[in-house]
Amino acid sequence: MNAVLLSGLLGVVMMFASFLFRTKAPVRILAILGTVVLLVANIMETKGVHFFHMDTAAFLSFSNYALFFNTIAIAGTLVFFLVSSKDMQRVGNHYAEYFALIFFILTGIFLVTAFTNLLILFIGIEIISIPLYILTGSAKKDLKSNEAALKYFLMGAFSTGIMLMGIALIYGATGTFEIGKMNMTALMKSNLLTGGMLMLLFSMCFKVSVAPFHFWTPDVYDGAPNVFTSFMATIVKVGIFVGFLHLFYSAFEPLSLQWKLWMAILAALTLLVGNITAVFQQSVKRMLAYSSISQAGFMMFALVAMNETAHEGLLLYSIAYSLATIGIFGVISKMSDYSFDGFNGLANHQPLVALCVTIFMLSLAGIPLSAGFLAKFYMLKAVIQGGGYMWLVILGVLMAAVSAYYYFRVIQAMYFKEGPSHFSGISTFEKYVLVGICVLIVFTGLFPNVIFSWLYF
Amino acid sequence: MPINYYITLALCLFAIGVVGVLTRRNAIIVFMCVELMLNSVNLLLVAFSKMHHIAKGAAATAGTDGQLFVFFIMVVAAAEVSVGLAIIVMMYRNVHSININFLNRLKH
Repeated sequence: MNAVLLSGLLGVVMMFASFLFRTKAPVRILAILGTVVLLVANIMETKGVHFFHMDTAAFLSFSNYALFFNTIAIAGTLVFFLVSSKDMQRVGNHYAEYFALIFFILTGIFLVTAFTNLLILFIGIEIISIPLYILTGSAKKDLKSNEAALKYFLMGAFSTGIMLMGIALIYGATGTFEIGKMNMTALMKSNLLTGGMLMLLFSMCFKVSVAPFHFWTPDVYDGAPNVFTSFMATIVKVGIFVGFLHLFYSAFEPLSLQWKLWMAILAALTLLVGNITAVFQQSVKRMLAYSSISQAGFMMFALVAMNETAHEGLLLYSIAYSLATIGIFGVISKMSDYSFDGFNGLANHQPLVALCVTIFMLSLAGIPLSAGFLAKFYMLKAVIQGGGYMWLVILGVLMAAVSAYYYFRVIQAMYFKEGPSHFSGISTFEKYVLVGICVLIVFTGLFPNVIFSWLYF
Repeated sequence: MPINYYITLALCLFAIGVVGVLTRRNAIIVFMCVELMLNSVNLLLVAFSKMHHIAKGAAATAGTDGQLFVFFIMVVAAAEVSVGLAIIVMMYRNVHSININFLNRLKH
């Protein structure tokens, strides 16, 4: 509860900050300090210190897992602020409001990871989505940003409608919104319940861009301002994924016979579509949008397996994927040319940045010693433990090999080709942060137990 | 009236909304169709709420959570409308059209 209230409060504080401070530097410092406070408050709650005592029994329950994920989400946001908060200035004039919206989105993520009532799931998803529509369209004069915002808004509102219909049908079948009180085993054959569950499944797939509901993703990620694509593709996506896993793990487990195969098929389709389309992209930003679809396919493995390893794997995945993607977007938002050719010869002009990009790409591709490798390993292990979906595991390994092609293309462009520099404006501090992210990625890859021992302290 | 009538009516409205979203080209009309989907859900929730109220022997509070949910949907829909119309206005200022066929520049 600490984090939920504090981040909502911080959002309001940031809105006031826009007319308290005339310059931009204090706003940025305030936002970063606020995130640190949020991080500390959330860790204190993990250790049992509650700032607010509220009875949220029928609506929210903060499990250890949810709290730990929230810590990751806040830490990820902190890293995101450190890398890209300067680049947000170039998007538009409403600097403080962008931070406010990001804090509101965090509130939504905390709700989605800890709900025990479908009402909170709905409210949380909307608190995440509505600020995101604004952030996507925040470059007001940029036509691509406008289009992306309108497309995202129409698709998002449509999927919200489907989600609400699903919730209404489930309410009709069970008579309650509380996921603990739904007596699902008794209602196994109810058409209302099955229909509602499928509608919820489809709308959640929309939100996390799982194929065949992914068609909005490349356009929206491509059109949105770089810095916000970075946030949207990482923290928000894994946040909704944790909610998705929570929903199907704690509410629809009794119906698992009806949706297990659906999940496996969706995961396979997402892997195929994401990876094969990414191979043909010319722009690195658009390639990363497709890569985020293919990574969503790997995250779907957690929903196929539904066991302890899957939960651990999703945490590792959220760390590995978010860190690497935030880092690479931090670099992209300082480039004037997003195509693969824009990266030509980067190793000559900026050897340190090129090295960092190499580590991010290796982690995304899942090369051993990086966090990305362990994340993929845990996902595959979870599905093998769950049993019965060996074909999915084999497909996953094959697709990881395909993904190496388009990730390595960037490395090849940086080290083995010559070209003029399209990269400018990185400060020494931001270089240190990029190196820090690399260290974190390698550290997580080498010692994942440190993270898990913290989870089950 | 039996609950089936309400379910059929709500599903018909919902289907009209879905078909509208998928076929119409005017952003405002697409948006109205989304609202139609949300309102059909409101109708269905109220009907279910009444059904559960009667089924539980008309106990005072049984089934009220369905109606509470409807208020939340209304509030969220209003927030969504304000953001959505702002986006449509922003689009109109730049391209002087609200036809969503304009939304294909990103494909190239």
